[in-house]
Amino acid sequence: MQAESAVSIVEKEISNIYLIMNTIKIRRGLDIKIGGKAKESIYGTVLSKTIGIVPDDYVGFTPKIAVKEGDEVKVGSTILYDKNHPSVKVLSPVAGRVKSVERGERRKLEKVVIERGDGHEQYEELPRLEAMSDPEETAKALAELGFATLMRQRPYDIVVNPEVLPRAIFVSAFDSAPLAADYDFVLKDRINDIQAGLKVLAKIAKVYYSVRKDTFEGLKRMSGVTVSEFDGPHPAGNVGVQINHIAPVNKGETVWTVGMMTVAMIGHYAVAGELEMKNTIAVAGPMVKEPRYVEAYFGTEIGTILKDNVIEDEHVRIINGNVLTGRQASVEDYLSPMANCVNVIAEGDHEDELFGWMRPRFRKYSASRLYCSWILEKICPKMTFKFDARMLGSERAFIMSGEYDKVFPMDILPEPLVKAMIAKNIDRMEQLGAYEVAPEDFALCEFVCTSKIQTQKIVREALDYLRKEVE
Amino acid sequence: MNFITNMFDRLEPTFSEGGRLSALHSLYDGFKSFMLIPNDTAKAGGVHIHDVNDSKRTMIMVVVALVPCMLFGMWNAGYQHFNAIGVEAGFWMQFAFGLLAVLPILIVSYVVGLAIEFTVAQWKKEEIQEGFLVTGFIIPLIVPIDTPLWMIAVATAFAVVFAKEVFGGTGYNIFNVALVTRAFLFFSYPSKMSGDKVWVRTRDAFWWQGGEAVDGFTGATPLGQVATATGGEVQLHDTLGNDLSFMDAFIGWIPGSVGETSTICILIGAALLLFAGVASWKTMLSVFVGGALTAMAFNAWGPQDNAAAMLPWYMHLVLGGFAFGAVFMATDPVTSARTETGKWIYGLLIGVLAIVIRVLNPGYAEGMMLAILLMNIFGCLIDWCVIESNIKRRMKRSKL
Repeated sequence: MQAESAVSIVEKEISNIYLIMNTIKIRRGLDIKIGGKAKESIYGTVLSKTIGIVPDDYVGFTPKIAVKEGDEVKVGSTILYDKNHPSVKVLSPVAGRVKSVERGERRKLEKVVIERGDGHEQYEELPRLEAMSDPEETAKALAELGFATLMRQRPYDIVVNPEVLPRAIFVSAFDSAPLAADYDFVLKDRINDIQAGLKVLAKIAKVYYSVRKDTFEGLKRMSGVTVSEFDGPHPAGNVGVQINHIAPVNKGETVWTVGMMTVAMIGHYAVAGELEMKNTIAVAGPMVKEPRYVEAYFGTEIGTILKDNVIEDEHVRIINGNVLTGRQASVEDYLSPMANCVNVIAEGDHEDELFGWMRPRFRKYSASRLYCSWILEKICPKMTFKFDARMLGSERAFIMSGEYDKVFPMDILPEPLVKAMIAKNIDRMEQLGAYEVAPEDFALCEFVCTSKIQTQKIVREALDYLRKEVE
Repeated sequence: MNFITNMFDRLEPTFSEGGRLSALHSLYDGFKSFMLIPNDTAKAGGVHIHDVNDSKRTMIMVVVALVPCMLFGMWNAGYQHFNAIGVEAGFWMQFAFGLLAVLPILIVSYVVGLAIEFTVAQWKKEEIQEGFLVTGFIIPLIVPIDTPLWMIAVATAFAVVFAKEVFGGTGYNIFNVALVTRAFLFFSYPSKMSGDKVWVRTRDAFWWQGGEAVDGFTGATPLGQVATATGGEVQLHDTLGNDLSFMDAFIGWIPGSVGETSTICILIGAALLLFAGVASWKTMLSVFVGGALTAMAFNAWGPQDNAAAMLPWYMHLVLGGFAFGAVFMATDPVTSARTETGKWIYGLLIGVLAIVIRVLNPGYAEGMMLAILLMNIFGCLIDWCVIESNIKRRMKRSKL
């Protein structure tokens, strides 16, 4: 009896020691050299008059509205809940009054707009996390607190269902996408929150925590989780790549993926009892006057975030998220809770390049050596290239082979999988690894594609189809 | 710059649906995207920035890589011609003659192929695709100089329609379109595609510099000589009976199809393709390895009385269409195996088959064309096996 408890104590101790289990070197990938990276300074908190909650931000969520126009809401009041799993909720990030509920075609709920009150932000009665130890109870509490809508599950890359407990939870401590927020900077003072958040998640399932080789020590030193180190170009920071290297998702399994900002939020709530639905986001991109970080509540008006900070001498494209995976937005749109940055690039729709395909194009980026930009890249590795939103070519059938493999560091054959997805061949998709992937994993494939195939869209539609057919 | 944009803006309504020239919309569209990079921007649900590389640039790179072969082929056509008729001629004169002889083939191949492409694009209401840019340039390079133009036209039309368009166009074809053109010529008009008479032009080009072959002239290609030889080892010779060395074949001043003779020019093209990352080094290398190993095996253990088996392995690699096929045809990404492992197997088998056909089938002096066409069929099968093995590995993983 005594020996047994001694063993369990030792096991507990071991799990508390910070251990880098393994360093995984990612070779295939691409760091896109685009200008306008955010400088390491926080400009302060951006407050907009209204806050918007957009159901499209929560993939796989069937929204039901819990409030009416004119209702008073507090921080943490339920605004939306899932039709199929009512415990999965979207909560109000601010206190105020519901200004409007906007619906589109076939009464699709498009957004709920909340007018921010005078800042007397109050809290509703919400479940506390500290005392919980039961995995199911904890998962349900996280859903009630609105965190389930901020987490994603694989398969399908959708909002998690707290009724199906995951085999494991994966957290990526860095975002390697171009112009994304640097968590080393953003979260340097929130190590306690991160640790507390990871502890809460560890109550539900085994947590795998992946850091970059040069992540600073404080952020690496987390206990109660399995720490892995990744080294290499984007998409090394994509949680999908990390899952594939650490413990791949097999058919019938579910894993959850949680972003760092969400972990910090969960931790902050566990420690301080305060629900702070706020992100530190990078305002970045070549068309931003002063690329920098700002703090903003979920659903802040993008116009307020970008106020007086956009170079307006040409038509620009605003992206809610990063240039690879974000959604096109306008100043009237609202910041997605899943975005850790807002990027602004030139639209480029007025640019006519005469015989562009024959030119050397020194300043335009290509991962191949078909243009001359690689010469400049060799000469000065730090230089950035000119990007705009043009497709720079027309869509074709698959012509070149092996392009996707070069930027897809998983044990999955990307091209056969995409083809199976186009063909909507369920067996083949399953066999080739559709359960392991998310659209974002294919972003670089889409970027380098000679045939300009919209890979991410294909993957999203195929995952939705697969889910509909299988469930 | 603005002038061109304005011109297209003005012409747009005329060529759009309902316009007077709407029947030529695909032509207009193709021309416009040829001149101006389309400025459509990224659509919803995808990445917002793109690599500047597109299929036009990729295709044009292949054409650029083919230019050394084309230029050398033109010069060589003139060189062989003047040698054959026994007229002294300088470099430029030789080149000019070759240019006049080859240019009509190039023009016929492009005009016929592009006309079909434009028509089909207009009919299917799709955009013109660039695949034929490369095919049209390769066709003149892989046919004998004396192939009649009407045959080129018929063969090109057949290949574009039945090897490409019926499958859905560029990217969907199973067989390499240029090779189908050649195969069509080869099987339909054998007398014009083989033998001793077609590889060197003795007649005039545009009524210029015609002549009669000098005494002692034989127009057989080195591989033709090998195929018709009766003994074991054979001494190769040029059209006037002088001995041919490895270096001669490597440089390429020997009779043969227009662009395939010069290994050195092919290697320049190969370097360009590999450097730009357009062609797969795996396929290319494995074709040469497969060919070399098979030829070595024949050298060592092959039938002593078979001239092709006894031809030194390094000669196999520089003679005929072997090098050209390895660099420009086997690496066609659409018809080749598409998985990385598959490329090794695909290339290796092409090399092996090409030499096996050369050695063991006396009917065909050249095995490269048939080897690649045959492997075009098996490319998908190889991919299927590679994909299955990936699936098996994943299944095993999920059982653990």
